[in-house]
Amino acid sequence: MEHDALLKKLLLSAVAMFAFAFALVPLYDVFCDVTGLNGKPSMEVAEQSQKVLNSRMVDVSFTTHAQQSAPFAVKSQQYMVQVKPGEMTEVTFFAQNLSGSARVMQAVPSVSPGKAAKYLHKMACFCFDKQAFAPSEQLEFKLLFYVDTELPADVKELTLSYTVFDISDSVQANINAATVNSGAS
Amino acid sequence: MSTLVDSQDHNHDQHHTPKGFKRWLYTTNHKDIGSLYLIFSLTMFIVGGAMAMVIRAELFQPGLQLVDPHFFNQMTTVHGLIMVFGAVMPAFTGLANWMIPMMIGAPDMALPRMNNWSFWILPFAFSILLMSLFMEGGGPAFGWTFYAPLSTTYSNDNTALFVFAVHIMGISSIMGAINVIVTIVNLRAPGMTWMKLPLFVWTWLITAFLLIAVMPVLAGAVTMVLTDKYFGTSFFDAAGGGDPVMFQHIFWFFGHPEVYIMILPAFGIISTIVPTFSRKKLFGYASMVYATSSIALLSFVVWAHHMFTTGMPLAGELFFMYATMLISVPTGVKVFNWVATMWRGSITFEIPMLFSIAFIVLFTLGGFSGLMLAITPADFQYHDTYFVVAHFHYVLVTGAVFSIMAGAYYWLPKWTGHMFNITLAKWHFWLSLVSVNILFFPMHFVGLAGMPRRIPDYALQFADFNAIISIGGFAFGLSQLLFVVVVYKCARGGESVPDKVWEGAEGLEWEVASPAPYHTFSTPPEVK
Repeated sequence: MEHDALLKKLLLSAVAMFAFAFALVPLYDVFCDVTGLNGKPSMEVAEQSQKVLNSRMVDVSFTTHAQQSAPFAVKSQQYMVQVKPGEMTEVTFFAQNLSGSARVMQAVPSVSPGKAAKYLHKMACFCFDKQAFAPSEQLEFKLLFYVDTELPADVKELTLSYTVFDISDSVQANINAATVNSGAS
Repeated sequence: MSTLVDSQDHNHDQHHTPKGFKRWLYTTNHKDIGSLYLIFSLTMFIVGGAMAMVIRAELFQPGLQLVDPHFFNQMTTVHGLIMVFGAVMPAFTGLANWMIPMMIGAPDMALPRMNNWSFWILPFAFSILLMSLFMEGGGPAFGWTFYAPLSTTYSNDNTALFVFAVHIMGISSIMGAINVIVTIVNLRAPGMTWMKLPLFVWTWLITAFLLIAVMPVLAGAVTMVLTDKYFGTSFFDAAGGGDPVMFQHIFWFFGHPEVYIMILPAFGIISTIVPTFSRKKLFGYASMVYATSSIALLSFVVWAHHMFTTGMPLAGELFFMYATMLISVPTGVKVFNWVATMWRGSITFEIPMLFSIAFIVLFTLGGFSGLMLAITPADFQYHDTYFVVAHFHYVLVTGAVFSIMAGAYYWLPKWTGHMFNITLAKWHFWLSLVSVNILFFPMHFVGLAGMPRRIPDYALQFADFNAIISIGGFAFGLSQLLFVVVVYKCARGGESVPDKVWEGAEGLEWEVASPAPYHTFSTPPEVK
């Protein structure tokens, strides 16, 4: 019977589509990377800036937002800095654990407008690592960044936003392994 | 079309059939399984309808009076899940089981044992889903779209039951779809070429491919929700490098083709009924086939029109807006073909025709509100309001459900051998038609005025319209009980009907006896 051959093909297509659903996850990231959509900046340590463009200024503002139930207060020292493209800038962030227990924090950066995301390079960022806090501990983090000289001319200001998550539960098992203050260099 | 009908030995075969419950549990007969699907679907329609009654009772007045908000959310969620996966989809699968073999001159479905399985796992899926309502913490309350993080971070521990229920529903649909494809590809009677296939068969063939393409994606989405919630993965959790917006992309990649899964077989039913009672051939048969295929293909590239407000780039919004609007072209071809079929036909208004005409008018209305929603800048106002609720109930209730009613009335005499009670059926139609519009039409107004969907309470200015909507809802709900009565009475007895129940009807299913014998076309008919 040719039923079996057709049945096999159709079952295989169903299995392939199930796999496709999972393939959509990396595809989604690749697509966002290539197009620069979604405002997802790179989580890699960037290389040193090569040149500085004196002809224009870009406003970079910082916002932080703790997820509901994440007991952290994170704030940048300046609300906004004016930078030249290519110029290295350091910004200090103050962070405090508002709870009475040891907690682990993860900050997730996002850039608006989304198309500017790939032009913001971070050489040091507390978002690169998990950050462990002792009960009620206050920490200072440094962010070292520069804006790419290739930044499109129509982008005159951009916002770097951090959403702060409490990931203590998922890292509780290996909390000792978490690098303490590794991003605060 | 001439046929050789082989019906000499359908009686002695029944000696082998076990009696009582086992007859239904072990059956591999396409007519038995079709009936099981249809009865199951009607039961779920009543259960899901009862939940809609709870929703409308709570919304009758502003303020919280009958149920608490968490239970209200469970009702909207499970109402949606039951109606989509428990009522509409099994009804179409039931009609496919009954009619496709008889329409193409096949003795049965190609894979009868799998057919039995694909039905009998369904009651388990819905038992699991419904039982979760009675567990501590309650059932799923995150909407039938189960957006992350509502279904991951903020859901209760019973979410696993929802996930497994959806897995089983998906497996059932995929097996059903595979069976339909193998049957249509391999078991057509000699001479039944592709372009002679009845349109119900064509639309179901295309629907089956859609099912195989997207039900596994839904299974993938619920699996990711499961592992995110219970096994520490971060597909949709930004803290772990995931992205909640990606959930919406994966879900709607399934979700948009899914809405065509629920409407393409409806197109097939209407294309069968309208020519019968217009006493003319269907206008534009080939264009109907191509239009159905184009709708199916386009359905894969429009998903993000459900997500215009997620902050997409302008280019994306424009693409999805134009692609969505493009779908109205093949859909328009279908509507015009139905109207052209009726044009200068000698039309009579039997019950199936009444439902079909109501379908054409009201489905088109639902299509128009869909076009309004497709306009990106306007969608920002309509998004997540009752306008959306009005839109999808017009296309799913007066669309899909009305077509199922039309199909049930059209083929019921063939299945039972009896004509149904026409007076009661007319009451059913007219009460449904009036009440369904009282129920859903004012939703457009409250939606445009800004009433959000999925809320148990609302601002005072929406009170009068909501009272009217609820009255329409109760009337529509009660009217459907008439349908149950009509079907029950028709199964029990009634005036006998000839083989060709409707004198304008065409197709192989009308050349077998009424009621359709247990085995039909054991010898394939010759189609010329």
